[in-house]
Amino acid sequence: MEILRGGAQPKQTYIKRTRTGRINIKAGNKVELVTKWTIAMLSVLTIMAFFFFDYTGLQLERAITETAYNLKTMFLEPTLSHFSWGEAFYQIGITVGLGILATVIGAIIALFLAFLAAENLSKPWISKTVRVVVAFIRAVPTVLWVLIFAIAAGLGSEAAVLGMLFHSIAYLVKAFSESFEEVDPGILDAMRATGSNWWHMVTHGVLPSTFTYLLSWTFLRFEINFGVAVAMGAAAGAGGIGFELFMASGFYFDLREVGFITYAILIIAIFLEIVSTQLKNRYFPAATKN
Amino acid sequence: MNEKAMRKSRWITTVFLIIIIGITYLSAMITKFNFIDGIATLPKALSWIFANLWITQETWERLPAILGKLNETIFMSIAATTLAAIISLFLGLMGSKTTKVNNVFSMLARLIASFSRNIPVVAWSLILLISFGQNSLTGFLALFVGTLGFLTRAFIESIDEASQSAVEALQATGATYAQIVNKAVIPQSLPQMLSWILFMIETNIRSATLVGILTGTGIGYTFDLYYKSLNYNAVALVTFTIVIAVIIIELISNRIRKVIL
Repeated sequence: MEILRGGAQPKQTYIKRTRTGRINIKAGNKVELVTKWTIAMLSVLTIMAFFFFDYTGLQLERAITETAYNLKTMFLEPTLSHFSWGEAFYQIGITVGLGILATVIGAIIALFLAFLAAENLSKPWISKTVRVVVAFIRAVPTVLWVLIFAIAAGLGSEAAVLGMLFHSIAYLVKAFSESFEEVDPGILDAMRATGSNWWHMVTHGVLPSTFTYLLSWTFLRFEINFGVAVAMGAAAGAGGIGFELFMASGFYFDLREVGFITYAILIIAIFLEIVSTQLKNRYFPAATKN
Repeated sequence: MNEKAMRKSRWITTVFLIIIIGITYLSAMITKFNFIDGIATLPKALSWIFANLWITQETWERLPAILGKLNETIFMSIAATTLAAIISLFLGLMGSKTTKVNNVFSMLARLIASFSRNIPVVAWSLILLISFGQNSLTGFLALFVGTLGFLTRAFIESIDEASQSAVEALQATGATYAQIVNKAVIPQSLPQMLSWILFMIETNIRSATLVGILTGTGIGYTFDLYYKSLNYNAVALVTFTIVIAVIIIELISNRIRKVIL
């Protein structure tokens, strides 16, 4: 009996009580409640959305049959009419190039900012400031950054790369600083004990043990940046295959060419996705959310 | 680590860095990107931003119209995400290793997901614009298709991760497919899925701006109009409202995530 009572004693503390001290007998818990509420809110907002939409000039039936026909033309009869194969490769090269530039330059800048943002390598107030700035940068869509830079720098690769840089930096600072924070504190303590300064700790302790992670994150960002570069070509006149896509659909109404360009983008995107999935499985088997 | 291995790894790192520098140089050539110009542009651009992108008194009068459009954009991205999530749930159940019905459906689900995810949202919006015209539904559908692909992949991963042993246990008791899905798969992977849905809503509000510029809907269109008419004070106000909206939604979803995960 004594043992039993002893065993049952600590359980008492886990009983949920209301403010007045009564035992809470309602079923469910906070997690379930929040989950249910989130789903309910999302459903309500979704239904509301269809009442708020602006349906000017929409003829649903015609639009659907037309889109089906257009998709069939695009994907089954892709051809090039306004430019040659060589030109197509060149334009794809420009898009990939924009993606590479934004990624590489972004990674270099992000590396230094990540040292400042990592809690184990920096002071709390510096790390907090960097995080707030990064959160702000992330909140402005990339296309707005590119368009705003285009006013000051003129349309061209400079504006596109600078605009794309902002989000690359924001994304990579978050990823890099999290990798730095996962470095075994024993390594840093050992180096501190030998009297090495901050710079030594970074170059001999932190970088060697995180290098592969940094590279994988950079590649993952490149995959995103390729898509962004296509979008910037179409929406912000940054050139490359995205711009050709915009011209083919918006000016020439040439669905067969749109189909060809879409296939070209699709092939590269799938290739990049396969590589980055392999990287993820190898280096981040657990969660890989950004 | 012995001396030889260390030297080898250092050598590999050096070669790797040289390759990256080479590729970067090549991309700079092909895109005609000038590093010095680029660096010189940055302070110029920033000083331009600080000089011109101010919200003035008279632009505040445009706020109601802007907020209306922003509202449309937010609703568009929430609706696109939620509806895509419902279909992604089915595709995810088909595509996952633990819950697939047969290999044909599994392949089909993965193929649909890969196709809709890898064709960029830009292409979808341009294609849809041709026949759907300039209204909210075009933007909604473009976001919907891209979200569908992304969420299906995320859901397949969450289902694969979560439910192996519970599914086996239920199978041993002779539970039907619907029972297994309802009692084992969904309860276990729901928090993860919800977290992905919230993440996608955040992403979609940003993409909705881009889609809006292309298809002439929502806040993106408003931005484009002011941008093209050189009304930079209004541009600043539009950007500011987007930033506030994105940050508020991020804060809410971080709150929810903290409780459910």
